[in-house]
Amino acid sequence: MQPIAIQRILGILLMLFSITMLPPIFVSLIYEDGGRAAFAAAFLLTFSTGLVCWLPVHRSRRELRLRDGFLVVVLFWTVLGLFGALPLALHDDLGMSFTDAAFESISGLTTTGATVITGLDQLPHSILYYRQQLQWLGGMGIIVLAVAILPMLGIGGMQLYRAETPGPMKDSKLTPRITETAKALWYIYLGLTVMCALGYWLAGMNGFDAIGHSFSTIAIGGFSTHDASIGFFDSTLIEAVAILFMLLAGMNFALHFIAWRSFSVVVYLKDSEARFYLGLLLFIALITSAYLYFSGNISNPMEAVEHALFQTVSIGTTTGFTTTGYATWPGLLPVLLLFVSFVGGCAGSTGGGMKVIRFILLLKQGFRELSRLVHPSAQIPVKIGNKAMPDRVINSVWGFFSAYVALFVIIMLILMALGMDQVTAFSAVAACMNNLGPGLGDVAAHYGDIGDVAKWVLCFAMLLGRLEIFTLLVLLTPMFWRK
Amino acid sequence: MKIIILGAGQVGTSVADNLASEANDITVVDMDAQKLEDLQDRLDLRTVTGRASHPEVLARAGAEDADMIIAVTNSDETNMVACQVAYTLFHTPTKIARVRASEYLSQSALFAQEALPIDVLISPEQLVKNYIERLIEHPGALQVLDFAQGRVSLVAVKAYYGGPLVGHELRDLRTHMPTVESRVAAIFRRGRAIIPEGTTVIEADDEVFFVAAKKDIRAVMGELRKLDRPCKRIMLAGGGNIGYRLAKSLESRYQVKLIEHNLKTSKTLSEQLSRTIVLHGDAADEELLTEENIENCDVFCALTNDDEANILSAMLAKRMGAKKVMALINRAAYVDLVQSGIIDIAISPQQATIGSLLAHIRRGDVAVVHSLRRGAAEAIEAIAHGDNKTSKVVGRTVDEVALPPGTTIGAIVRGDEVIIAHHDVVIEEDDHVIMFLVDKNRIVDVERLFQVGIAFL
Repeated sequence: MQPIAIQRILGILLMLFSITMLPPIFVSLIYEDGGRAAFAAAFLLTFSTGLVCWLPVHRSRRELRLRDGFLVVVLFWTVLGLFGALPLALHDDLGMSFTDAAFESISGLTTTGATVITGLDQLPHSILYYRQQLQWLGGMGIIVLAVAILPMLGIGGMQLYRAETPGPMKDSKLTPRITETAKALWYIYLGLTVMCALGYWLAGMNGFDAIGHSFSTIAIGGFSTHDASIGFFDSTLIEAVAILFMLLAGMNFALHFIAWRSFSVVVYLKDSEARFYLGLLLFIALITSAYLYFSGNISNPMEAVEHALFQTVSIGTTTGFTTTGYATWPGLLPVLLLFVSFVGGCAGSTGGGMKVIRFILLLKQGFRELSRLVHPSAQIPVKIGNKAMPDRVINSVWGFFSAYVALFVIIMLILMALGMDQVTAFSAVAACMNNLGPGLGDVAAHYGDIGDVAKWVLCFAMLLGRLEIFTLLVLLTPMFWRK
Repeated sequence: MKIIILGAGQVGTSVADNLASEANDITVVDMDAQKLEDLQDRLDLRTVTGRASHPEVLARAGAEDADMIIAVTNSDETNMVACQVAYTLFHTPTKIARVRASEYLSQSALFAQEALPIDVLISPEQLVKNYIERLIEHPGALQVLDFAQGRVSLVAVKAYYGGPLVGHELRDLRTHMPTVESRVAAIFRRGRAIIPEGTTVIEADDEVFFVAAKKDIRAVMGELRKLDRPCKRIMLAGGGNIGYRLAKSLESRYQVKLIEHNLKTSKTLSEQLSRTIVLHGDAADEELLTEENIENCDVFCALTNDDEANILSAMLAKRMGAKKVMALINRAAYVDLVQSGIIDIAISPQQATIGSLLAHIRRGDVAVVHSLRRGAAEAIEAIAHGDNKTSKVVGRTVDEVALPPGTTIGAIVRGDEVIIAHHDVVIEEDDHVIMFLVDKNRIVDVERLFQVGIAFL
């Protein structure tokens, strides 16, 4: 453990983060909504804290070790999540408690998109912008985390999956150096955001909404500047743009990098994870639209397809935008969609959930056990794109899966002990752990009505999901802290 | 011909064996002196001990005036370098090398004259694989040999009671099947060759060789025996080079199971193959075979390195209900012992591969040679050159060509067209003439037929 090095990094991070509180000040100047003071105060507070952390140790040149990586990653999300709450808590007109502000901020940074605020349409523009920006920053952190850092730490089989997978993934470490990789990814992230904002703007949004929604779309976040989310615009064109960019953001960013560099879309079709991801979403959208139509819930078939497709992609990629109250859809649909969010986005994307590649490996492993019953002496490898996965990867994925399920159950039981009904508790944990956002029951629209303790528990769930569980869990083990 | 063979492994030895009996000067090079000594005791040839790619070793082997170098050592790299050395230092005219790795083979630019000067690449495993694959595609055939890039095939089949043509004269074939062009090239009855005439009567248990276009093979076979159903379930024993290649090319069309006794190899195989079920175990393990439903298996192929194991596991599979069993057998003596007995088809890898080398040793322009019946008979595809004056075949009808006894012309391929040879067909220049020689000793006469006179240059 290198406390001094960590303190130094934390200081730098806080100072950098404080800068992100300046753009909302400009927004508030443009719209003259009176939010300046809160952001200025938050900026000063964050910056000075960072400076205090950094100054005494800024000469230290200690190298970080692998183990410190876990701590830095966790601190990144928790500390920034808490400091990110400052502008919200300091803003006079909002009247938010610190708990609510922290929930909102962590939900933003983990790109969950669960909100405690109602009446978004009346909020000052600076606050709205700040929320969207939090998600965008979170998404950027996730991309670097997911592509560059988590494989290095080795979470849930990802490290080997990367090292062993053939084809386009072979150069998944896109460039030899991690800083270069991070830079390349940042360009793609920025490029997608710009394209998405342009798309929204051309489809009819005003500039503010277009930028704001592009932030939360590419980050797979789900915050909106309106209570009715995307449904506010009531435009098929805007929904189409949203679907396209949610799908893109839910794919591995390394694939985008290769596709961009080789100028070909074949890359996407060759990748078994991307194929499965698109196929699954299409399949679920078909079921949903058919069910919506034949159950008589939506009588116009085109409308049924439109809503089904949007809602499936939005929930399946764990974005959490809504065009309609999907929670009130009939029969199996709400729960079906919630289960799809467990699969989530592809590895190396901004999406949440367990990640498509893990789901594929679990399915194939299950199928392998079946074949083994029929052919006891057969050698049956689990393959991704014609390349066999070592058992080590499959074991880690199983470990990840069981930890995911166990924590899910524990958190759900805690919420029920706090007085939540079963549907609400189940959906709240699913929506937070999968970084989805809206749940069912009492949390279908917003999380404002649940207790303070429950909010903190759900914050923990969001962080767990975002940090792929083991990164956070390892900090809770005594052996991590042992010298 | 002066020929240097590099490598005294299975292929090298059998090539030496085949060529030494044809009055060639053979020198075999290998690192293992003991192996060479054994070889020298058996065959009339010279041996040199040393690393095959070293110029000094090649010089000692007589590369200065060799006509041909055949590099068949275990290592692709040694073979390629040896050919390069022979080309650069000794200007050897014909260089044949075995290259197995598909990583090399897929880059055809590598083997251009200015890069790696190899004239002929052979891959024995590939040839054996093709040979077995054709047998599986034509159930009931004992041998299926391709000529003219697969446009014509020579098929060996055993006649059975119940075949419509059995007990009839050969000329009835045309009245039975007016639309199908085919010609019987030879009949072997109780091991002795019969030259087929129109009046020859086919008896049960005759081994009949006929020539037909690929699409007609099934129809002709139906005249000679009850047709077997096309196979679906195939079990291969032994995941070596041949087993792996066979599984790879069959797995998309058939249900393939592959038994391999080495755990590590079986793991690797399972990773490389996509639809084949790779089983780890002993091919002669009754329990494993029962577990995997051997009784429903259409073809069982034993393809390990071990002749005895192949024979025994094939026998076991046959007894347990496999419809047809094949075994890869290296020793010629065993082939005679088991063929047509309890094992349906004994595959001799030497037989399957020697032909591709013989094609380059034969004088005259010979495209394909297939060695048949343990080397006693031969099928040959020769190209006719010259004109009426300089050639002994061009411009003459099939009847007029002065074929040595025991030789028949089966078919003629002219461009893309396949002409089944009737007595009045006239041979033109550049025709590919497919002939069947019951007795290989007549090969010299055939070579002479196709050599162009001095006047033609």
